Amino acid sequence: MEWINVALPKGRLGEKVYRSFEAAGYACPGLLEDNRRLIFENAENGMRYFWVKPSDVAIYVEQGAADIGVAGKDILLEYRPDVYELADLGVGRCRMCVAGKKEFYDDRSRTLRVATKFARIARDYYAGQSREIDIIHLNGSIELAPILGLSDVIVDIVETGRTLVENGLEVKEEIVPISARLIANKVGYKFKNERLRQLCRALEEQRKG
Amino acid sequence: MEERTIPRAEQAAARLQGLYRQYGYLPYKMSKFEEYDLYVRNKSFLNSPDILTFTDLDGKLMALKPDVTLSILKNSRPAPALQKVFYQENVYRTGRDTRNFREILQMGLECIGPLDGYAEAEVLEVAVRSLDALAPDWLLDISHLGVVNGLLAALGLPAEDERRLLEALGEKNTPRLTELCLALGVADAARERLCRLALLYDSPAAALPQLEALAAGSDTAMRAVEELRALCELLTPWADRLRLDFSLVSDRQYYSGVVFRGFVPGLPVAVLSGGRYDHLLARMGRRGGAVGFAVYLDQLDRLAPQERPAVDVLLLYGPDTPAAGLAAEARRLRAEGKTVRVEREAPEGLTFGQVCRMGG
Repeated sequence: MEWINVALPKGRLGEKVYRSFEAAGYACPGLLEDNRRLIFENAENGMRYFWVKPSDVAIYVEQGAADIGVAGKDILLEYRPDVYELADLGVGRCRMCVAGKKEFYDDRSRTLRVATKFARIARDYYAGQSREIDIIHLNGSIELAPILGLSDVIVDIVETGRTLVENGLEVKEEIVPISARLIANKVGYKFKNERLRQLCRALEEQRKG
Repeated sequence: MEERTIPRAEQAAARLQGLYRQYGYLPYKMSKFEEYDLYVRNKSFLNSPDILTFTDLDGKLMALKPDVTLSILKNSRPAPALQKVFYQENVYRTGRDTRNFREILQMGLECIGPLDGYAEAEVLEVAVRSLDALAPDWLLDISHLGVVNGLLAALGLPAEDERRLLEALGEKNTPRLTELCLALGVADAARERLCRLALLYDSPAAALPQLEALAAGSDTAMRAVEELRALCELLTPWADRLRLDFSLVSDRQYYSGVVFRGFVPGLPVAVLSGGRYDHLLARMGRRGGAVGFAVYLDQLDRLAPQERPAVDVLLLYGPDTPAAGLAAEARRLRAEGKTVRVEREAPEGLTFGQVCRMGG
């Protein structure tokens, strides 16, 4: 049997998603226990899982190193990989938001300075409003930017909103809801079509279960 | 059975040339440059938007060809007979993620003029046989824009909304399709049809009956289904390798009917891509039809087996070896049909069938 290669995002979300794969009959023993190994195989059901950095899942799938993978909608919107998006797994729910200081006043006569990890999402969002912006690309602790005056607002993922509140920030606008998606390589999906469709059906039943 | 391996780009090109000549297609050679203007007018037809330009001696802005089809169509003349040509050319374009230009060996075939069902099917047959010449295992996905156009036209949506639906269709993204349809007020039955169309992926025999049910109610879509049926019938010998897939939506500004992509296992992108582009011809002010495809030979090198370069005989010599004797020995070995490398020290990274030493 040919392997089905699955790229899972390292971390809580990936573990949660794997449990639903497991419950749908695609288990791979040892996957959740051994935290050093990167690749796990189960010859009985032909499943091969590997843990990758969440933002890399889409790359593994697009390039065909993985047939399917689990990636957040935020990553898909930001990198636009050429893949099939087969299902909304309904986990890892959060929102892509514009946030700023409570007292922030949006002066439309100025160019807005936006700090974000998600440059493309921010650009598309403001382009849709015909708004000129300056992007300040940061890799972490985005919340600092408006506090220190580095930017006017931030575009970032908001889960509970606690980090924002603790830093005196609040959500100004919601851009798009985010959740984990099941993606597939366009060619792998063709050559392993029957098994992948079966897997999708099993996951869906399990989700509805 | 003979073990078939995937050939490298140059070997594949030789095979394909033989194949295209067998069908009576003639080689078409062109210059490396075109006026930039040709590409600007048809920018979204190109695989990548970047074009390598330079200024000609008389100040004209020129481009290194990023594409061949446009040049062939531009230079074709209206005639009662079909123009059947194939080409093997280097094109210059950027990759999706790389920000630098590459020279890419591309082969392709075009059939231009008063097309009919046979002529179109013949091009697909050559496409199928091209794939067969490239790899032991392959699939050809076939779509028809008439089906998608028919279903979308029935919804009467503005172009921007159609574009969003097509994007979701291209991703087989049924959650997104559902979400969009609900937001746009599309009727439940039509939404259901779009979702089923997105997920349809089957051999013609299994897919056509399903497709007929989906297309019912739209004349455009039904006509497209009939065309597909006739086409697939002519391709019966390869029926088990054909798949109908309507997530394959090429740019509707250029493509007008059947579109197709060829895949081999292990390559994350299509190795062959083509379709019917009457609209492109029309944009050049011409009537009639055009159908063709391109084969991206550069992709094959990713699959070809990696071998260490091998030479039959390594002939080593010392500081005092007479040059004349050395040359004579090397000639003698080559006359036996062997490949011979003459060195003072054995080179690294090569394998040799035999090592001979002359002198100290």
